[in-house]
Amino acid sequence: MSERLLVASRKGLFDMTRTAAGWSIARSAFLGSPVSMCLRDPRDGGLYAALDHGHFGVKLHRSDDDGASWQEIAAPSYVGLEGDPAPSLKLIWALEPSLADHPGVLWAGTIPGGLFKSTNRGASWSLVTSLWDAPERAQWMGGGADQPGIHSVCVDPANAQHVAIAVSCGGVWETHDGGESWQLAGKGLWAEFMPPDQRDNPAIQDPHRLVQCPADPRVYWIQHHNGMFRAADGVGLWDEIKPADAPNFGFAVAAHPRDSQTAWFVPALDDAARYPQDGRVIVTRTRDGGRSFEVLTQGLPQSDAYDLFYRHSLDVDETGTRLAIGSTTGNLWLSENGGDAWTLVNAHLPPIYAVRFC
Amino acid sequence: MPRVTFTAHLAAIGPPDDTPVPGATVKAALDAVFADYPRLEGYILDDQSRPRHHIVIFVDGARCSNDNVLQMAVAPSSEIFVLQALSGGRGESS
Repeated sequence: MSERLLVASRKGLFDMTRTAAGWSIARSAFLGSPVSMCLRDPRDGGLYAALDHGHFGVKLHRSDDDGASWQEIAAPSYVGLEGDPAPSLKLIWALEPSLADHPGVLWAGTIPGGLFKSTNRGASWSLVTSLWDAPERAQWMGGGADQPGIHSVCVDPANAQHVAIAVSCGGVWETHDGGESWQLAGKGLWAEFMPPDQRDNPAIQDPHRLVQCPADPRVYWIQHHNGMFRAADGVGLWDEIKPADAPNFGFAVAAHPRDSQTAWFVPALDDAARYPQDGRVIVTRTRDGGRSFEVLTQGLPQSDAYDLFYRHSLDVDETGTRLAIGSTTGNLWLSENGGDAWTLVNAHLPPIYAVRFC
Repeated sequence: MPRVTFTAHLAAIGPPDDTPVPGATVKAALDAVFADYPRLEGYILDDQSRPRHHIVIFVDGARCSNDNVLQMAVAPSSEIFVLQALSGGRGESS
Protein backbone atom coordinates (compact mmCIF):
# COMPACT_ATOMS: atom_id res chain seq x y z
CA MET A 1 0.00 0.00 0.00
CA SER A 2 1.07 3.58 -0.56
CA GLU A 3 2.74 5.08 2.47
CA ARG A 4 2.91 8.58 1.03
CA LEU A 5 0.28 11.14 0.12
CA LEU A 6 0.67 14.51 -1.58
CA VAL A 7 -1.87 17.15 -0.58
CA ALA A 8 -2.22 20.23 -2.77
CA SER A 9 -3.94 23.06 -0.98
CA ARG A 10 -4.78 26.71 -1.13
CA LYS A 11 -1.78 27.44 1.07
CA GLY A 12 0.87 25.05 -0.12
CA LEU A 13 1.88 21.48 -0.79
CA PHE A 14 2.02 18.94 2.01
CA ASP A 15 3.99 15.74 1.66
CA MET A 16 2.53 13.24 4.11
CA THR A 17 3.92 9.90 5.16
CA ARG A 18 2.62 7.03 7.19
CA THR A 19 4.64 5.83 10.13
CA ALA A 20 3.85 3.56 13.04
CA ALA A 21 2.31 6.60 14.74
CA GLY A 22 0.03 7.30 11.79
CA TRP A 23 -0.03 9.87 9.02
CA SER A 24 1.80 13.14 9.46
CA ILE A 25 3.28 15.97 7.41
CA ALA A 26 6.84 15.04 6.55
CA ARG A 27 7.55 18.12 4.47
CA SER A 28 5.78 21.18 3.16
CA ALA A 29 6.52 23.50 0.26
CA PHE A 30 5.20 26.71 -1.25
CA LEU A 31 3.52 27.72 1.99
CA GLY A 32 1.14 30.59 1.38
CA SER A 33 0.73 29.86 -2.32
CA PRO A 34 -2.20 28.02 -3.90
CA VAL A 35 -1.11 24.68 -5.35
CA SER A 36 -3.73 23.65 -7.88
CA MET A 37 -2.22 20.29 -8.80
CA CYS A 38 0.67 18.04 -7.88
CA LEU A 39 2.22 14.90 -9.26
CA ARG A 40 4.92 12.40 -8.43
CA ASP A 41 5.96 10.79 -11.69
CA PRO A 42 6.30 7.08 -10.97
CA ARG A 43 8.69 6.64 -13.91
CA ASP A 44 11.50 8.84 -12.66
CA GLY A 45 10.48 10.11 -9.23
CA GLY A 46 10.08 13.70 -10.39
CA LEU A 47 7.78 15.80 -8.24
CA TYR A 48 5.67 18.52 -9.84
CA ALA A 49 3.67 21.34 -8.25
CA ALA A 50 1.44 23.73 -10.20
CA LEU A 51 1.08 27.07 -8.46
CA ASP A 52 -1.78 29.46 -8.97
CA HIS A 53 -0.38 32.77 -7.82
CA GLY A 54 -3.36 35.04 -7.65
CA HIS A 55 -1.49 38.08 -8.89
CA PHE A 56 1.54 36.74 -10.65
CA GLY A 57 0.12 33.96 -12.78
CA VAL A 58 0.41 30.21 -12.97
CA LYS A 59 3.82 28.64 -12.44
CA LEU A 60 5.09 25.10 -12.57
CA HIS A 61 7.83 23.74 -10.34
CA ARG A 62 9.69 20.44 -10.36
CA SER A 63 11.80 18.70 -7.77
CA ASP A 64 14.41 16.17 -8.83
CA ASP A 65 15.39 15.29 -5.28
CA ASP A 66 11.99 14.14 -4.06
CA GLY A 67 11.00 17.46 -2.58
CA ALA A 68 14.20 18.64 -0.91
CA SER A 69 14.50 21.47 -3.42
CA TRP A 70 12.38 22.85 -6.25
CA GLN A 71 13.06 24.64 -9.53
CA GLU A 72 10.61 26.68 -11.54
CA ILE A 73 10.23 25.14 -14.99
CA ALA A 74 8.28 26.20 -18.03
CA ALA A 75 4.53 26.47 -17.66
CA PRO A 76 2.17 25.84 -20.55
CA SER A 77 1.74 29.04 -22.51
CA TYR A 78 -0.79 30.45 -24.95
CA VAL A 79 1.69 32.93 -26.36
CA GLY A 80 0.98 33.82 -29.96
CA LEU A 81 -2.57 32.50 -29.97
CA GLU A 82 -5.37 34.72 -31.14
CA GLY A 83 -8.84 35.12 -29.71
CA ASP A 84 -11.21 37.63 -28.22
CA PRO A 85 -9.75 38.03 -25.76
CA ALA A 86 -6.53 36.26 -26.67
CA PRO A 87 -6.06 33.39 -24.22
CA SER A 88 -3.67 33.27 -21.31
CA LEU A 89 -3.01 30.46 -18.85
CA LYS A 90 -5.35 30.66 -15.86
CA LEU A 91 -4.88 27.33 -14.12
CA ILE A 92 -3.11 24.00 -14.43
CA TRP A 93 -5.98 21.72 -13.53
CA ALA A 94 -4.60 18.33 -14.57
CA LEU A 95 -1.08 16.94 -14.68
CA GLU A 96 -0.52 13.34 -15.70
CA PRO A 97 2.43 11.23 -16.82
CA SER A 98 2.39 9.07 -19.90
CA LEU A 99 3.55 5.46 -19.66
CA ALA A 100 6.97 3.95 -19.02
CA ASP A 101 7.55 3.47 -22.75
CA HIS A 102 7.19 7.23 -23.23
CA PRO A 103 9.67 8.60 -20.67
CA GLY A 104 9.46 12.29 -19.98
CA VAL A 105 6.07 12.70 -21.64
CA LEU A 106 3.57 14.65 -19.55
CA TRP A 107 0.08 15.96 -20.20
CA ALA A 108 -1.32 19.14 -18.68
CA GLY A 109 -4.95 20.19 -18.74
CA THR A 110 -5.61 23.87 -18.23
CA ILE A 111 -8.07 26.69 -17.95
CA PRO A 112 -8.91 28.24 -20.45
CA GLY A 113 -9.29 24.89 -22.18
CA GLY A 114 -5.96 24.03 -23.72
CA LEU A 115 -4.37 20.60 -23.45
CA PHE A 116 -0.59 20.69 -23.42
CA LYS A 117 2.02 17.98 -23.93
CA SER A 118 5.62 17.93 -22.85
CA THR A 119 8.17 15.41 -24.05
CA ASN A 120 10.97 16.57 -21.76
CA ARG A 121 9.67 16.50 -18.18
CA GLY A 122 8.14 19.93 -18.42
CA ALA A 123 11.16 21.76 -19.80
CA SER A 124 8.86 22.91 -22.58
CA TRP A 125 5.19 22.46 -23.49
CA SER A 126 3.26 22.37 -26.74
CA LEU A 127 -0.41 23.16 -27.09
CA VAL A 128 -2.28 20.22 -28.59
CA THR A 129 -3.59 22.19 -31.52
CA SER A 130 -5.66 19.34 -32.94
CA LEU A 131 -7.96 19.69 -29.92
CA TRP A 132 -7.71 23.46 -29.63
CA ASP A 133 -8.75 23.80 -33.27
CA ALA A 134 -11.70 21.39 -33.01
CA PRO A 135 -14.81 23.26 -34.22
CA GLU A 136 -16.86 21.97 -31.29
CA ARG A 137 -14.61 23.86 -28.88
CA ALA A 138 -16.56 26.99 -29.77
CA GLN A 139 -19.41 25.49 -27.73
CA TRP A 140 -17.32 24.96 -24.61
CA MET A 141 -18.07 27.16 -21.63
CA GLY A 142 -16.88 27.75 -18.12
CA GLY A 143 -17.88 25.34 -15.38
CA GLY A 144 -16.76 26.44 -11.93
CA ALA A 145 -14.63 29.09 -13.59
CA ASP A 146 -15.13 31.84 -16.12
CA GLN A 147 -13.53 29.80 -18.88
CA PRO A 148 -13.61 26.10 -19.75
CA GLY A 149 -10.99 23.83 -18.31
CA ILE A 150 -9.51 20.36 -18.77
CA HIS A 151 -9.33 18.69 -15.38
CA SER A 152 -9.06 14.99 -16.18
CA VAL A 153 -6.51 13.25 -18.40
CA CYS A 154 -6.67 9.46 -18.50
CA VAL A 155 -3.72 7.82 -20.23
CA ASP A 156 -4.75 4.27 -21.13
CA PRO A 157 -2.45 2.03 -19.06
CA ALA A 158 -2.36 -0.43 -21.97
CA ASN A 159 -1.66 2.09 -24.73
CA ALA A 160 -0.03 5.48 -24.30
CA GLN A 161 -1.44 6.65 -27.62
CA HIS A 162 -4.95 6.34 -26.26
CA VAL A 163 -5.84 9.24 -23.99
CA ALA A 164 -9.24 10.38 -22.76
CA ILE A 165 -9.89 13.80 -21.29
CA ALA A 166 -12.81 15.56 -19.65
CA VAL A 167 -13.67 19.24 -19.92
CA SER A 168 -15.87 21.46 -17.77
CA CYS A 169 -17.87 22.27 -19.75
CA GLY A 170 -16.85 20.63 -22.99
CA GLY A 171 -17.58 16.94 -22.62
CA VAL A 172 -15.35 13.91 -23.01
CA TRP A 173 -12.80 13.52 -25.78
CA GLU A 174 -10.33 10.83 -26.76
CA THR A 175 -7.37 10.33 -29.02
CA HIS A 176 -5.99 7.06 -30.34
CA ASP A 177 -2.88 8.55 -31.92
CA GLY A 178 -1.18 10.33 -29.06
CA GLY A 179 -3.05 13.57 -29.62
CA GLU A 180 -2.75 13.96 -33.37
CA SER A 181 -6.51 13.76 -33.71
CA TRP A 182 -9.44 13.82 -31.27
CA GLN A 183 -12.95 12.46 -31.23
CA LEU A 184 -15.78 13.92 -29.18
CA ALA A 185 -17.30 11.09 -27.15
CA GLY A 186 -19.83 10.90 -24.34
CA LYS A 187 -23.07 9.51 -25.77
CA GLY A 188 -25.42 8.94 -22.86
CA LEU A 189 -24.31 11.94 -20.83
CA TRP A 190 -26.97 14.57 -20.42
CA ALA A 191 -27.01 18.12 -19.13
CA GLU A 192 -29.82 19.26 -16.88
CA PHE A 193 -28.47 22.82 -17.00
CA MET A 194 -29.16 23.23 -20.73
CA PRO A 195 -32.35 23.84 -22.72
CA PRO A 196 -34.09 20.58 -23.67
CA ASP A 197 -32.81 20.54 -27.23
CA GLN A 198 -29.23 20.87 -26.01
CA ARG A 199 -29.16 18.47 -23.08
CA ASP A 200 -27.77 15.57 -25.09
CA ASN A 201 -25.15 17.65 -26.89
CA PRO A 202 -21.84 15.97 -26.04
CA ALA A 203 -19.84 19.17 -26.57
CA ILE A 204 -21.34 21.05 -23.62
CA GLN A 205 -21.41 18.35 -20.96
CA ASP A 206 -19.94 19.07 -17.55
CA PRO A 207 -18.14 15.96 -16.38
CA HIS A 208 -16.71 17.10 -13.05
CA ARG A 209 -14.22 14.24 -13.01
CA LEU A 210 -13.31 11.34 -15.29
CA VAL A 211 -11.38 8.30 -14.04
CA GLN A 212 -10.38 5.00 -15.61
CA CYS A 213 -10.02 1.54 -14.10
CA PRO A 214 -6.33 0.57 -14.40
CA ALA A 215 -7.05 -3.15 -14.43
CA ASP A 216 -9.77 -2.91 -17.06
CA PRO A 217 -9.07 0.25 -19.08
CA ARG A 218 -12.32 -0.11 -20.99
CA VAL A 219 -14.15 0.97 -17.84
CA TYR A 220 -14.51 4.65 -16.95
CA TRP A 221 -16.48 6.53 -14.33
CA ILE A 222 -17.74 10.11 -14.29
CA GLN A 223 -19.06 12.35 -11.58
CA HIS A 224 -21.04 14.77 -13.72
CA HIS A 225 -22.69 18.04 -12.81
CA ASN A 226 -26.08 16.39 -12.68
CA GLY A 227 -25.37 12.75 -12.15
CA MET A 228 -23.00 9.83 -12.08
CA PHE A 229 -22.11 7.68 -15.06
CA ARG A 230 -20.20 4.51 -15.91
CA ALA A 231 -18.86 3.42 -19.28
CA ALA A 232 -18.27 -0.29 -19.69
CA ASP A 233 -16.46 -0.25 -23.02
CA GLY A 234 -14.68 3.02 -23.59
CA VAL A 235 -15.75 6.63 -23.30
CA GLY A 236 -18.10 6.45 -26.27
CA LEU A 237 -21.18 5.24 -24.43
CA TRP A 238 -22.28 5.97 -20.87
CA ASP A 239 -24.89 4.59 -18.50
CA GLU A 240 -26.27 6.74 -15.71
CA ILE A 241 -25.99 5.27 -12.23
CA LYS A 242 -27.65 6.61 -9.14
CA PRO A 243 -27.53 5.85 -5.43
CA ALA A 244 -30.87 5.19 -3.82
CA ASP A 245 -29.95 6.79 -0.51
CA ALA A 246 -27.54 9.59 -1.32
CA PRO A 247 -27.27 12.61 -3.60
CA ASN A 248 -25.85 12.14 -7.07
CA PHE A 249 -24.19 15.55 -7.10
CA GLY A 250 -20.50 15.99 -6.32
CA PHE A 251 -17.12 16.49 -7.88
CA ALA A 252 -14.87 13.57 -7.03
CA VAL A 253 -14.81 9.93 -8.12
CA ALA A 254 -12.15 7.24 -7.78
CA ALA A 255 -11.97 3.93 -9.65
CA HIS A 256 -10.83 0.77 -7.92
CA PRO A 257 -7.47 -0.12 -9.46
CA ARG A 258 -8.23 -3.85 -9.72
CA ASP A 259 -11.99 -4.24 -9.67
CA SER A 260 -13.87 -2.61 -12.54
CA GLN A 261 -17.15 -2.90 -10.65
CA THR A 262 -16.01 -0.74 -7.74
CA ALA A 263 -15.79 3.04 -7.44
CA TRP A 264 -16.16 5.70 -4.78
CA PHE A 265 -17.87 9.11 -4.87
CA VAL A 266 -18.12 11.94 -2.32
CA PRO A 267 -21.51 13.56 -2.76
CA ALA A 268 -22.85 16.95 -1.80
CA LEU A 269 -26.46 18.01 -1.57
CA ASP A 270 -26.91 19.56 -5.01
CA ASP A 271 -25.43 22.12 -7.35
CA ALA A 272 -27.22 25.01 -5.70
CA ALA A 273 -26.13 24.20 -2.15
CA ARG A 274 -22.81 22.34 -2.46
CA TYR A 275 -22.51 21.13 1.10
CA PRO A 276 -23.08 17.70 2.60
CA GLN A 277 -26.72 16.70 2.84
CA ASP A 278 -27.95 17.26 6.41
CA GLY A 279 -24.41 18.26 7.38
CA ARG A 280 -23.29 14.63 7.10
CA VAL A 281 -20.05 13.79 5.29
CA ILE A 282 -20.52 10.55 3.41
CA VAL A 283 -18.71 8.51 0.81
CA THR A 284 -20.71 6.34 -1.55
CA ARG A 285 -19.29 3.10 -2.91
CA THR A 286 -20.57 0.77 -5.54
CA ARG A 287 -19.19 -2.74 -5.93
CA ASP A 288 -21.51 -3.89 -8.66
CA GLY A 289 -20.87 -1.42 -11.43
CA GLY A 290 -23.32 1.15 -10.14
CA ARG A 291 -26.38 -1.05 -9.72
CA SER A 292 -26.28 -0.40 -5.98
CA PHE A 293 -24.41 1.85 -3.58
CA GLU A 294 -23.33 1.68 0.02
CA VAL A 295 -23.26 4.86 2.09
CA LEU A 296 -20.04 4.90 4.12
CA THR A 297 -20.05 7.02 7.25
CA GLN A 298 -17.90 5.38 9.93
CA GLY A 299 -15.41 7.93 11.21
CA LEU A 300 -16.91 10.79 9.21
CA PRO A 301 -18.83 13.65 10.88
CA GLN A 302 -22.55 13.04 10.83
CA SER A 303 -23.79 16.44 11.91
CA ASP A 304 -22.96 20.09 11.35
CA ALA A 305 -20.26 19.39 8.76
CA TYR A 306 -19.99 21.64 5.74
CA ASP A 307 -17.00 20.12 3.97
CA LEU A 308 -17.04 20.16 0.21
CA PHE A 309 -14.75 17.86 -1.74
CA TYR A 310 -13.29 19.19 -4.95
CA ARG A 311 -12.80 17.00 -8.01
CA HIS A 312 -9.23 15.95 -7.27
CA SER A 313 -9.66 15.57 -3.54
CA LEU A 314 -10.38 11.82 -3.50
CA ASP A 315 -7.76 9.22 -4.28
CA VAL A 316 -7.27 5.49 -3.88
CA ASP A 317 -3.93 3.75 -3.73
CA GLU A 318 -2.76 0.97 -6.02
CA THR A 319 -4.25 -1.75 -3.81
CA GLY A 320 -7.74 -0.33 -3.65
CA THR A 321 -7.81 -0.51 0.14
CA ARG A 322 -6.32 2.82 1.18
CA LEU A 323 -8.25 5.99 0.33
CA ALA A 324 -7.92 9.67 1.13
CA ILE A 325 -10.41 12.54 0.99
CA GLY A 326 -9.60 16.18 1.63
CA SER A 327 -12.11 18.98 2.00
CA THR A 328 -12.52 22.68 1.47
CA THR A 329 -12.62 22.97 5.25
CA GLY A 330 -9.10 21.58 5.50
CA ASN A 331 -10.07 18.20 6.87
CA LEU A 332 -8.16 15.17 5.67
CA TRP A 333 -9.48 11.65 6.23
CA LEU A 334 -7.82 8.34 5.43
CA SER A 335 -9.35 4.91 5.13
CA GLU A 336 -7.34 1.72 5.41
CA ASN A 337 -10.15 -0.63 4.43
CA GLY A 338 -11.68 0.51 1.19
CA GLY A 339 -13.78 3.20 2.78
CA ASP A 340 -15.51 1.09 5.43
CA ALA A 341 -14.02 3.30 8.14
CA TRP A 342 -12.25 6.65 8.08
CA THR A 343 -9.78 8.36 10.37
CA LEU A 344 -9.38 12.12 10.60
CA VAL A 345 -5.70 12.72 9.94
CA ASN A 346 -5.66 16.50 10.09
CA ALA A 347 -8.39 19.03 10.78
CA HIS A 348 -6.33 22.15 10.28
CA LEU A 349 -5.07 22.09 6.74
CA PRO A 350 -5.89 24.85 4.25
CA PRO A 351 -8.69 24.21 1.76
CA ILE A 352 -7.63 21.09 -0.12
CA TYR A 353 -7.53 21.01 -3.90
CA ALA A 354 -6.01 17.60 -4.59
CA VAL A 355 -4.80 14.46 -2.83
CA ARG A 356 -2.55 11.92 -4.57
CA PHE A 357 -1.02 8.72 -3.26
CA CYS A 358 2.47 8.08 -4.52
CA MET B 1 16.51 57.49 -16.27
CA PRO B 2 13.11 56.39 -14.99
CA ARG B 3 13.19 54.23 -11.90
CA VAL B 4 11.18 51.03 -11.51
CA THR B 5 10.18 49.54 -8.17
CA PHE B 6 8.50 46.14 -7.83
CA THR B 7 6.39 44.81 -5.01
CA ALA B 8 8.44 43.21 -2.27
CA HIS B 9 6.57 39.96 -3.02
CA LEU B 10 8.80 39.64 -6.07
CA ALA B 11 12.07 40.34 -4.30
CA ALA B 12 13.31 36.82 -4.98
CA ILE B 13 12.62 37.13 -8.69
CA GLY B 14 13.21 40.76 -9.57
CA PRO B 15 15.71 43.45 -8.63
CA PRO B 16 16.20 43.94 -4.90
CA ASP B 17 15.83 47.72 -5.02
CA ASP B 18 14.33 50.38 -7.22
CA THR B 19 16.22 50.33 -10.47
CA PRO B 20 17.10 53.10 -12.91
CA VAL B 21 16.57 51.88 -16.45
CA PRO B 22 16.59 53.45 -19.89
CA GLY B 23 13.26 53.77 -21.65
CA ALA B 24 10.81 56.32 -22.96
CA THR B 25 7.72 54.20 -22.24
CA VAL B 26 6.61 51.95 -19.41
CA LYS B 27 7.09 48.96 -21.69
CA ALA B 28 10.62 49.98 -22.61
CA ALA B 29 11.49 50.49 -18.97
CA LEU B 30 10.05 47.12 -17.97
CA ASP B 31 11.77 45.39 -20.87
CA ALA B 32 15.05 46.78 -19.64
CA VAL B 33 14.46 45.17 -16.25
CA PHE B 34 13.27 41.91 -17.81
CA ALA B 35 16.52 41.72 -19.76
CA ASP B 36 18.37 41.31 -16.48
CA TYR B 37 15.64 39.32 -14.70
CA PRO B 38 13.97 37.16 -17.37
CA ARG B 39 11.77 35.20 -14.94
CA LEU B 40 10.15 38.42 -13.82
CA GLU B 41 8.36 39.04 -17.10
CA GLY B 42 6.01 36.09 -16.66
CA TYR B 43 5.05 37.33 -13.21
CA ILE B 44 4.08 40.79 -14.49
CA LEU B 45 2.76 40.08 -17.98
CA ASP B 46 0.47 37.30 -19.15
CA ASP B 47 0.85 34.99 -22.16
CA GLN B 48 -0.16 37.83 -24.47
CA SER B 49 2.26 40.33 -22.93
CA ARG B 50 -0.57 42.19 -21.23
CA PRO B 51 -0.23 43.31 -17.61
CA ARG B 52 -1.73 40.53 -15.49
CA HIS B 53 -5.26 41.20 -14.36
CA HIS B 54 -4.31 41.71 -10.73
CA ILE B 55 -1.13 43.68 -11.34
CA VAL B 56 -1.39 47.42 -10.90
CA ILE B 57 1.13 49.95 -12.19
CA PHE B 58 1.59 53.48 -10.90
CA VAL B 59 3.48 56.10 -12.87
CA ASP B 60 4.48 59.24 -11.03
CA GLY B 61 1.91 58.62 -8.37
CA ALA B 62 -1.04 57.94 -10.65
CA ARG B 63 -2.65 54.53 -10.98
CA CYS B 64 -2.77 53.56 -14.64
CA SER B 65 -5.20 51.47 -16.64
CA ASN B 66 -3.77 48.08 -17.56
CA ASP B 67 -5.28 48.59 -21.01
CA ASN B 68 -2.75 51.22 -22.04
CA VAL B 69 -0.14 51.55 -19.34
CA LEU B 70 2.58 49.80 -21.31
CA GLN B 71 2.40 52.40 -24.06
CA MET B 72 2.51 55.34 -21.65
CA ALA B 73 5.38 57.74 -22.08
CA VAL B 74 7.67 58.23 -19.13
CA ALA B 75 10.18 60.98 -18.42
CA PRO B 76 13.74 60.54 -17.22
CA SER B 77 12.51 61.61 -13.80
CA SER B 78 9.55 59.21 -13.73
CA GLU B 79 8.94 56.70 -10.97
CA ILE B 80 7.18 53.45 -11.90
CA PHE B 81 5.74 51.19 -9.22
CA VAL B 82 4.61 47.67 -10.14
CA LEU B 83 2.42 46.27 -7.38
CA GLN B 84 -0.15 43.58 -6.68
CA ALA B 85 -3.75 44.78 -6.76
CA LEU B 86 -5.72 43.96 -3.66
CA SER B 87 -8.51 42.68 -5.87
CA GLY B 88 -6.57 39.53 -6.72
CA GLY B 89 -5.37 36.39 -5.15
CA ARG B 90 -8.35 34.20 -4.40
CA GLY B 91 -7.26 31.16 -6.37
CA GLU B 92 -10.31 29.09 -5.54
CA SER B 93 -10.94 26.97 -8.58
CA SER B 94 -12.58 23.73 -7.70
